[in-house]
Amino acid sequence: MSEFTRRKFLKFAGAAGAASAAGLTLSGCEGPGAGASAKSSQASTGPAHVVVIGGGFGGATAAKYIRKLDPSVKVTLIEKAKTYYTCPGSNWVLGGMRTIASIGQTYDSLASKHGVKVVHDWVTGIDAEKRHVALESGGHMSYDRLIVSPGIDFKWDGIEGYNEEVSKTIPHAWKAGHQTATLYQQLAGMRDGGTFVICPPPNPFRCPPGPYERVSMVAHFMKQHKPKSKIIILDAKPKFSKQGLFTQGWKDLYGFGTDNSMIEYIPSPNGKVVRIDAKNRVAIAGDLEEEYKADVLNVIPAQKAGWIAAHSGLTNESGWCPVNPLTWESTLVPHVHVIGDSSIAGKMPKSGYSANSQAKVCAAAVVDMLAGREPGTPSWVNTCYSLVGPNYGISVAAVYTLSEAGVVGVKGAGGLTPADGNRSLEAIYADSWWTNVTDDIWG
Amino acid sequence: MTKTLAKIALAATALLVAQMALAEAGGAMIGRTCNGCHGTDGVSKGAAPSLKGLPADYLAKAMKDFKADARPATIMNRIAKGYSDAELGAVAQYFATMK
Repeated sequence: MSEFTRRKFLKFAGAAGAASAAGLTLSGCEGPGAGASAKSSQASTGPAHVVVIGGGFGGATAAKYIRKLDPSVKVTLIEKAKTYYTCPGSNWVLGGMRTIASIGQTYDSLASKHGVKVVHDWVTGIDAEKRHVALESGGHMSYDRLIVSPGIDFKWDGIEGYNEEVSKTIPHAWKAGHQTATLYQQLAGMRDGGTFVICPPPNPFRCPPGPYERVSMVAHFMKQHKPKSKIIILDAKPKFSKQGLFTQGWKDLYGFGTDNSMIEYIPSPNGKVVRIDAKNRVAIAGDLEEEYKADVLNVIPAQKAGWIAAHSGLTNESGWCPVNPLTWESTLVPHVHVIGDSSIAGKMPKSGYSANSQAKVCAAAVVDMLAGREPGTPSWVNTCYSLVGPNYGISVAAVYTLSEAGVVGVKGAGGLTPADGNRSLEAIYADSWWTNVTDDIWG
Repeated sequence: MTKTLAKIALAATALLVAQMALAEAGGAMIGRTCNGCHGTDGVSKGAAPSLKGLPADYLAKAMKDFKADARPATIMNRIAKGYSDAELGAVAQYFATMK
């Protein structure tokens, strides 16, 4: 960090980001006048107004922490759903370890405890010139700073025969809620001796270890209730997150690698799904177009930034949103910040904890900028637990810092559960993680 | 004339700031990253320990021991290695003095 200078930072940041960072540098040096000059750039008079789009891990954290850091700032959170079901923990529902209701979050505490104005609506457009958002219900809402945290959207054109309509009966369950409940009902209704076929997506995607925790939880469910059943993983990738830990766990619990293995893993190229025959629940994979008949089929499509990001000029050619990691302000649209899965976050994975951590850095920077102060040196963490079985937890962690190359992991820190790690204790901490991170966001 | 001078002074100051190195992250900035696992303001509702109000010297020693693999851990030994001793001291102070 010490060799890293603001000058170099300005060089690596995009044009809009550089311009806004330069503006900050000036206002930070102006002394008593700084606050006034920052205020004069606000769209409204009176208290500053921050609008947050999206009430998931990123958006709800940003809304809460802005209010905690500066109660004089007005915050409006716009989220369509009245209950948000957390993707972390949704695989535990599939394993029969939790109910779907138990992972639901409401916005009551954000409103009553933290003074966030929660509006259940849908943003149809962002006018960056006028600094307002258009609402589905009609009318506009002005902002001084806008924080966009829309999660992911699916690329429906990646696999022939699989689309949004088909996903109602062959679920992706990669946004938790109805989709999770549908997949659980299908698994619960499956015959003993049936086959569950899961098709994880190509990189980059939300929650890299998620599909493999899902395999583990379904294996746990099968072992209890339908022990003759099989699981086939048809993977679009040649390798996956926490692979060594998962495969060891599958050996320990589900006979992986033996003749009697419950789980069969077919990586790319042979496992890459090219077509779905929805009517017959068949996945067709690999150059040889091998057919895999499923009793329950779970297709997780390739992903891109959430809808509003793509429709507001916040995405680049990659389909994701470039940001200045000092503030998470878009490098394409000034006064608009993008956090969470939609953002291009350097080495940080697309995870709930990453979104929570990015939201706090963004919240602090927004509060500083509104007050005419220089944003502080940022710091981020990701912690990610997966359950292989109810008493078998594994984890990956990292500490991130800002360098010339963007957001990078601190060398020598972080990493995976060691080979001799305490799996049963990590399972307890996985549960603790969910309890505390959801309370840190919606509590 | 005064205006031009002011502009030059501003530009010079901006240049100075531009050449300043980014400081280490502060105790509050780091402390907020802990809250995801240890609860908002370090008040845990799960198995992870609460941090709020613990003595600063105890917290700093615990984290330095995690960093040196001198204290049993599942994940904190991996995380504590991401910070300088000064940063660990600052985050200890943050939770110790939290109101």
